[in-house]
Amino acid sequence: MSDQSQTPGRMRYLIPLFLFLIMAGFLFKGLFMDPRHIPSVLINKPVPEFNLPTLFDPEKLVSTADMKGKVWLLNVWASWCAACRAEHQVLNTIADMGIVDIIGLDYKDEEADGKRWLQQLGNPYKEVLVDKSGRVGIDFGVYGVPESFLIDAEGVIRHKFTGPLNYPDIKGVLIPKLNEIRGVER
Amino acid sequence: MKTVKTVLFIGLFLMSGFAGATALSSFAFDSKEEEQAFRELAAKIRCLVCQNQSLADSDAELAGDLRREVYTLWKEQKSEEEIAEFLVARYGDFVLYDPPMKPSTYILWFGPFFLFLIGCYVLSRALKSKTEDKEVELTQEDQQRLKSLLKDDNDNREITK
Repeated sequence: MSDQSQTPGRMRYLIPLFLFLIMAGFLFKGLFMDPRHIPSVLINKPVPEFNLPTLFDPEKLVSTADMKGKVWLLNVWASWCAACRAEHQVLNTIADMGIVDIIGLDYKDEEADGKRWLQQLGNPYKEVLVDKSGRVGIDFGVYGVPESFLIDAEGVIRHKFTGPLNYPDIKGVLIPKLNEIRGVER
Repeated sequence: MKTVKTVLFIGLFLMSGFAGATALSSFAFDSKEEEQAFRELAAKIRCLVCQNQSLADSDAELAGDLRREVYTLWKEQKSEEEIAEFLVARYGDFVLYDPPMKPSTYILWFGPFFLFLIGCYVLSRALKSKTEDKEVELTQEDQQRLKSLLKDDNDNREITK
């Protein structure tokens, strides 16, 4: 009998249990992960080029270049989006706080519905851009509404919020990120 | 029961064909081969809304928009790599069903082989120790105990009979 090939004691019977616990740990963590949350590849990349009409004045066009030099939050929303309704109060709060300019992107929406929405719920946006075809949404890698992008003065995307913004996000993510952006830029 | 299953299977099979046909039917193709090639391309791209469906099958609105986008690029004679690049630049590697090989996906590509090697090692060790442990000498005491145990077993069997 060769003794050295045997793992000493009863420990070897614990190996399967140990492996099981590692797997169970990963699977348990998986329960709380959202498969819909896909990390954006656009973080730290320049904002995609766009040139879009605004909701309240279709003659007026806003392009990527117009936003240079400003820190801004691009919020992709639509009047047909249920989660956007919950988010809207949070956007109103951010606008009231005056910590960052919010630009809305009305995504694949009817202009009349979009206008009515803002009349009913308030307008937190400095400007609302209309992306009727959804083409600009594709360039931003939008795959669901709402989504929000935090963009610095150099026109670089610094953070992406997938899904509706909530109140804890303001203090927990938005303000620290804004400080980071403005601190670096100064 | 078996016929019901067969009918169901055939029915669903036929319907699945229709689903694919409607998703791509809005595009004009010069030939059947061209349509087939485009269908194969679209099947490699994941719909990000319903993640278990490809761009060729999904009825989600975003899938429709992306199909149109991919179709335009494709009609412009863009290569498959260029189209993949366009999508990955916006949605990340996740949009492709076939993940590219790079440091962050090494575990995905080589993990299974690694686990297989571990399995081989464990198996070979188990087999080896089995052949080595074949001969076990029993002491006088053990022999005695074994006999009495076997005897007990026989007794029990008679009782249950």
